[in-house]
Amino acid sequence: MATATGAHQPASAPKRTATPSAQNAWAARLKDLGFWAEWAAAIGLVLLVIVFQALNSTFLSTGNIESMLVAAAILIILAVGQTFVITTAGIDLSIASTMTLGAVAFGQAYAHGWGLVASALVAIAAAGVVGVLNGTLIAKGKITDFIVTLGTLSAASGLALILASGKPVTIIDSFLLQLSVGGIWIFGWPVIIAAVVAVAAHVVLFHTRFGTHVLATGGSPDAATAMGISTGRIKIAVYTIAGVLAGLGSILLVARIGAAEPAANTAFLLNSVAAVVLGGVSLFGGRGTITGPVIGALLLTALVNGLTLLGVSQFYQPLAVGIVVVLAALMTRFQR
Amino acid sequence: MTSPEPTATTLQTGSPLQTGDVLVDVEDVSLSFGSVRALVDVSLTIRQGEITALVGDNGAGKSTLVRCISGIHRPDSGHIVFDGTKTDFHSPEDARGAGIETVHQNLALVEDLTVWQNLFLNRELVRRFGPIAFLDRKRMQQRATEMVSTLAVNVPAVSSRVRRLSGGQRQAVSICRAAGFSSRLVIMDEPTAALGVQETAKVEELILRLRDEGHAVLLISHNFAQVMRLSDHVWVMRAGRCVGGRRTADTTGEEIVALITGAQAA
Repeated sequence: MATATGAHQPASAPKRTATPSAQNAWAARLKDLGFWAEWAAAIGLVLLVIVFQALNSTFLSTGNIESMLVAAAILIILAVGQTFVITTAGIDLSIASTMTLGAVAFGQAYAHGWGLVASALVAIAAAGVVGVLNGTLIAKGKITDFIVTLGTLSAASGLALILASGKPVTIIDSFLLQLSVGGIWIFGWPVIIAAVVAVAAHVVLFHTRFGTHVLATGGSPDAATAMGISTGRIKIAVYTIAGVLAGLGSILLVARIGAAEPAANTAFLLNSVAAVVLGGVSLFGGRGTITGPVIGALLLTALVNGLTLLGVSQFYQPLAVGIVVVLAALMTRFQR
Repeated sequence: MTSPEPTATTLQTGSPLQTGDVLVDVEDVSLSFGSVRALVDVSLTIRQGEITALVGDNGAGKSTLVRCISGIHRPDSGHIVFDGTKTDFHSPEDARGAGIETVHQNLALVEDLTVWQNLFLNRELVRRFGPIAFLDRKRMQQRATEMVSTLAVNVPAVSSRVRRLSGGQRQAVSICRAAGFSSRLVIMDEPTAALGVQETAKVEELILRLRDEGHAVLLISHNFAQVMRLSDHVWVMRAGRCVGGRRTADTTGEEIVALITGAQAA
């Protein structure tokens, strides 16, 4: 097939389609750093559990598992929201202060006698509005996500302080109390809610058109636009999802603390991003799972819990979390 | 170059147009960006069942014209008639709806999605359960396998990520996507620019097959040998104007080059 074409053409693109035969597939996988990178969170969690259980046998007691799961619930919900944002190659730095704003909105509505359901809706709406604002500024205002959400981080926590006049509102409500301590077997209600959120998020991301468009928007905005996907609308949608989930988290937070505080909750911000990174979601967008960040959130919670059980000073906990996150980020370099 | 056996020349759309009838008629289209006159009174035709080549130097206005036809830009004046109807596309979606598909130079593939996800991007098949629509992954995978199996280029399983595909395979997937979904006109912007000799040959086979299946193809290429080999008609653009058109059989590469550079007037 002599074609005159080829003379000035660049060399053929490298072929990377080597597929190992079926029986060697697993052996090859185990040698592949990418495989380990993808499952970093799960492997890390298993290792942590083994180590902590060896050092302190109460670690895997029913009571401790129960309390770890409850402690992880809010983080799981925030991490799921953060996953949607990061999958589009964005980041929501305001997610924790949005939750604070939601909690304060809840407290104020409740203190004014609005009742539980209305107060909960106010919390979700307030947080949702922050999300819509984030998304709109990023998509329509063409401002970097980092700057926008850094601004709303400050604005939302400031607004929370103003609304609450800097004071916490104590909330005594039998339903909220039941929400924080009740549950089914070892699964507290917050855990069950978090699980429902995670399953729903998984279905949305992988079994709806919207989910595919989220992945496409993060993977290649140009290709998505060329195929007629409105990446701006997708961006607004994911930040709104993050906001609404922060609102849901705020209700669980109020239930857990028994008060609506205008506190900063910075640890939740860092941990939500950390959980997502641990879960193998690319910060460059386009590839993500829900299981990964959920396991990441469990790992971070288990880490803090285990260190506490071992009597390690609280001061070492942020250090440990930081080291784990940076190691996880290093692992993602080897992702395929 | 062997072209595949000419198969049925009728499209599944049941077009009344026969091969050789005018499918697209660009009439006096002008478009300016600020003070830059990107297109000046461009008129040309694209015929059903033919490969029409659009050639010209960089900045001659080829891409701008293509963007007008595919609904990305709207002409300031003049109009584009598609299949007998004056078009008024407000977005590429409108053009796609009418049956105009574009294989973009960058291919518009999402590397982290699978072949089937890319083939059905923004045209996903769904199953409805009440108000919620779930992706019909199984049916999309099946149909994607059927679409890909007709290709001359060997594409690995449709469930593999595009990231793992070679340049020619990616081009094939992109062309496959444009050819599917009962498109009438497939626009290709430099389809073989990034490919090696063998892959170029295979992609050219694909383009010929598109024509034989009854699609009209608008081919933008800098490769004159390729234009002479593939096209039925050539339009030449220079400095925003369409300076001439020739039946490929009646012209030579030298004449086309002369038209492009302006050494010869149309």
